[in-house]
Amino acid sequence: MLQCQSLSRTYRSAGHDLTVLKDITFSLEPGGFLAILGPSGSGKTTLLGLLAGLDRPTTGTVHLDGQELGGLSEDERARIRGDKVGFVFQAFQLIPTLTAQENVQVPMELRGDGGAAFRARELLARVGLAGREHHYASQLSGGEQQRVALARGFSIRPKVLFADEPTGNLDARTGATIINLMVELNRDLGTTLVLVTHDLDLASRARRTIRLADGSVVADSAA
Amino acid sequence: MTGLNFVLRMAARELRAAPRRLLLLMGTVAVGVAALVAINSFTDNLQDSVRQQARALLGADLALVSRQAFTPRVEAVLDTLARRGRLARVTSFAGMAYVPRTAGTRLVQVAAVEGEYPFYGQIRTEPRNAWPELKTGRHVVIDPSLLTALNAGIGDTVALGEARFVITGTVQGAPSDAGVRFSLGPRIYIPARYLEETRLLGFGARVEHEAFLELPASVSAQALAERYRVPLRAERVRIRTVADDQRNLTDVLTRLTGYLGLVALIALLLGGIGVASAVIVFVRQRADSIAVLRCLGATSGSVFGIYLLESGVMGLAGSVAGAAAGVLVQRLLPGLLSGFLPVEVTPVLSWGAVGLGIGMGLWVALVFALLPLLAVRRVSPMSALRRPYESAAASWDWSSVLASLLLAGSTVVLAAHQVGSWRRGALFAAGIGVALLTLWAAAWALTRLLRRWLPAGWPYVWRQGLANLHRPANQTVTLVLAIGFGAFLLGTLYLIQYNLLRQLSVTGGPARPNLVLFDIQPDQLASVQQVLRDSGLPVTGAMPIVPMRIRSVKGRPVTELLASAPGEAGDGPSNAWVFRREYRSTYRDSVVGSERVVAGEWSSDGPAPARISVERDLAAELGVGVGDEIVWDVQGVPITTRVGSLREVEWARFEPNFFVVFAPGSLDAAPQTFVTLTRIADPAERGRFQRRLAERFGNVSTLDLSLLQEALEQLVERVVLAIRFMALFSLGVGILVLIGALATSRFQRVREGALLRTLGATRGQVFRVVLAEYLALGLLASTVALGLAAAAGWGVARFVFEGSFGLPVVPMSALTLFIVVVTVAVGLANSRDVVRRPPLEVLRDQ
Repeated sequence: MLQCQSLSRTYRSAGHDLTVLKDITFSLEPGGFLAILGPSGSGKTTLLGLLAGLDRPTTGTVHLDGQELGGLSEDERARIRGDKVGFVFQAFQLIPTLTAQENVQVPMELRGDGGAAFRARELLARVGLAGREHHYASQLSGGEQQRVALARGFSIRPKVLFADEPTGNLDARTGATIINLMVELNRDLGTTLVLVTHDLDLASRARRTIRLADGSVVADSAA
Repeated sequence: MTGLNFVLRMAARELRAAPRRLLLLMGTVAVGVAALVAINSFTDNLQDSVRQQARALLGADLALVSRQAFTPRVEAVLDTLARRGRLARVTSFAGMAYVPRTAGTRLVQVAAVEGEYPFYGQIRTEPRNAWPELKTGRHVVIDPSLLTALNAGIGDTVALGEARFVITGTVQGAPSDAGVRFSLGPRIYIPARYLEETRLLGFGARVEHEAFLELPASVSAQALAERYRVPLRAERVRIRTVADDQRNLTDVLTRLTGYLGLVALIALLLGGIGVASAVIVFVRQRADSIAVLRCLGATSGSVFGIYLLESGVMGLAGSVAGAAAGVLVQRLLPGLLSGFLPVEVTPVLSWGAVGLGIGMGLWVALVFALLPLLAVRRVSPMSALRRPYESAAASWDWSSVLASLLLAGSTVVLAAHQVGSWRRGALFAAGIGVALLTLWAAAWALTRLLRRWLPAGWPYVWRQGLANLHRPANQTVTLVLAIGFGAFLLGTLYLIQYNLLRQLSVTGGPARPNLVLFDIQPDQLASVQQVLRDSGLPVTGAMPIVPMRIRSVKGRPVTELLASAPGEAGDGPSNAWVFRREYRSTYRDSVVGSERVVAGEWSSDGPAPARISVERDLAAELGVGVGDEIVWDVQGVPITTRVGSLREVEWARFEPNFFVVFAPGSLDAAPQTFVTLTRIADPAERGRFQRRLAERFGNVSTLDLSLLQEALEQLVERVVLAIRFMALFSLGVGILVLIGALATSRFQRVREGALLRTLGATRGQVFRVVLAEYLALGLLASTVALGLAAAAGWGVARFVFEGSFGLPVVPMSALTLFIVVVTVAVGLANSRDVVRRPPLEVLRDQ
């Protein structure tokens, strides 16, 4: 489902080169659940961005569902994301001007799917937010917002769901609920999960963990 | 298709929350469009009322004028024309008026009126019904000065030739100049049916025949004039239309409409800056949402589409609101000014102006939103995950080049439309380009300077504030451009207004002479001037007048020139008058204020033949240029002259001006009379003076210019009022835009201030940091901008309105100060959250 080969990423900032990722190679089977672990600044988020096609590697390749992302333009990658990828962010990132239901609808509407409203209500009910469809983000608690984000992430039945510290802004109990939901959805829909975290407890729920330090893989549970 | 659906749906959702967010965008577009609609409609109305005034000046739609009785062929044309409207006639000639009771006599200009003249405008009389009752008997209505000159009163009998009339009233105001243009004395109106009885129209009398036509609205007087101009010319009849008369007022009018057009354009461009500022803020606010949408698979194009559509809808809403406000203002305007306006300006709702205003508002909103909106496409989806390592480079791709070209092109088109000329539109846009470039360079230089050189010895708050101007992600360039450009437009506008008003006051000052004394014999000159001085009246230098005719031009005798002239319908007969007419020339050694040498050199001495200076248009008609020879016939004596210079003459200035001016010396011996001018403000006093003068110098005639002057002065007053009012508009938009531009800087400083306070800065310190930053910004932007405005104002005054330029130092300094104060005030207001609320609260909100 996901292969990366000799991936590295260097940023240029204020005249200095900053190498964030060095020579990362691994692959992940469909329906897998991978946790990327590592301390702050180890390159986790950059790796997630590259895998999801949000950014382009300096060298190396990423294949998502058999498609090489490096040769595609930003808009072509956007279409692939819209088709195959779901996201859950640390800061929830609900669009503040939209209601909960509309937030969930957005990815489906982007693809032009019919019945988006119906499916959005269904998903919100599934994450325990029935009756909250018309609330705006500012009217929801952090846990509720993340559940909306989760419903949004799964709305298009993505091939891969990327989650960046999804519990980082939540208390332990609420965080656990979110992770349980993710695991449940991974199991029911067969969605491949890629989770970035520095929380070992959280990582232990994954079937595979890759540990990063200073931009390199230092441990891979599958290896 | 799904892409479009998505864009439409998202834009609609965004708009639910937009009214607050984009209120500024709407506001500035609205004020700009309001100014545009109000100004364009007001200009339309003003032009209408000036057209009416011009029509009143003519008294009709069309007039036929001849120095001889109309031939049967002309009468046939008049018959045809009168069938579609109404006809009136005025026959004017000079005659002696005599009042038997007082034995007063006076040379007067008799105007015999037949029909309902004037069709437009009103001849105001005292008593009021004297004019309508003129034709009911042997009545005359006369100039008030004549009453004094003849020592007569209402009810007295006056003799004109062999006919006798009763004076039934005096003319208080006549918009029409009928009979006064060639007049040799005060006017006296008589009913035409008693014309024959006077027996004054004998052989050799100098008579002017005028026929006035009122035409139905469906008939174009101009078209008729074009059709009959040539055939009637053959009958020695000249056609005048309102448009011809209007052309005489065009100097003032083109300046006014040109100015008003500029005001509206500037208001709209200021609105455009408002839009750009609002969009910059907006894009910054929505950056997170944009990044998320990009993560979720929205293409940069559809995200761009969402916000462009949103800006368009807000722009449209603002335009509609502005158009409504503009109509309202334009409705209120004449009501508010009714006490000041000499004529009634009826506000007519001009759907064209409204539609155009909305269209232009929407267009400006879109074009100005485009460039800042392109930043939407540079929002990286990665920024939904974390702050980017690299700052998104403001790369110049084809789309930003295209957007800039569109912006520049639109400015040219809008400017060309508003000022009515492509060349000026392009110049205007180029001026804007230069201004923006200069402002950008100034801002760049400031950041460079501050980076290199910021005295370490300065207090911390000042160093911190000034350093904010060069630190990464500073807004120096954006803010200097926005504030500076707004200030530049305001300053330019003010300078143009100032110089226009100055010009107008030069043209229409209160000290202008209003009484012309002419036919003064050389031996009377000293005594006449003495009388003036004894009466405490201003005396202008006396001008000699020598009547003459042309004998030959460039060696070709006039008879030959005239023989070759007629025949062709085009230029032949039209320029025949210049060879045939009698010239009343003068001689003097210097140029006067109402004229300007445009070719050759003014020289009063030099080798024979004598030098002359010819009026530019006449020179063209005569076909002569500098160096050509003209031989004059002065009372039978040939005088050979050479054209030394060509002059442009401002005929509208009511000063004695001349087609041909001789160098002193050449005409000393010729028979001549003198003209001199004076001013007497009070009409009764004017009349008494004319009588006194007539008693002493029977041959000296006087011409009263006051009525004509008053009509023009009223027009100028109205123009001045309109100019002042419109300047207020632009000031309103300017302030809004300034606030909008500064709102763009809000986010950054609020967060920084909160952090500073967390680290222990007092409110006072944060306050002074902000003060230092905005003070520097305001000072730089306003001084550079107003320097630019001075240059632009000079250019516009000199080349567009063709006048002199003056720089009002005190008001310009006040404007500079005003802009600095507003900048600092808005900057501080932006930071009020930091000072008022606990820092934690602010940081959590960000």
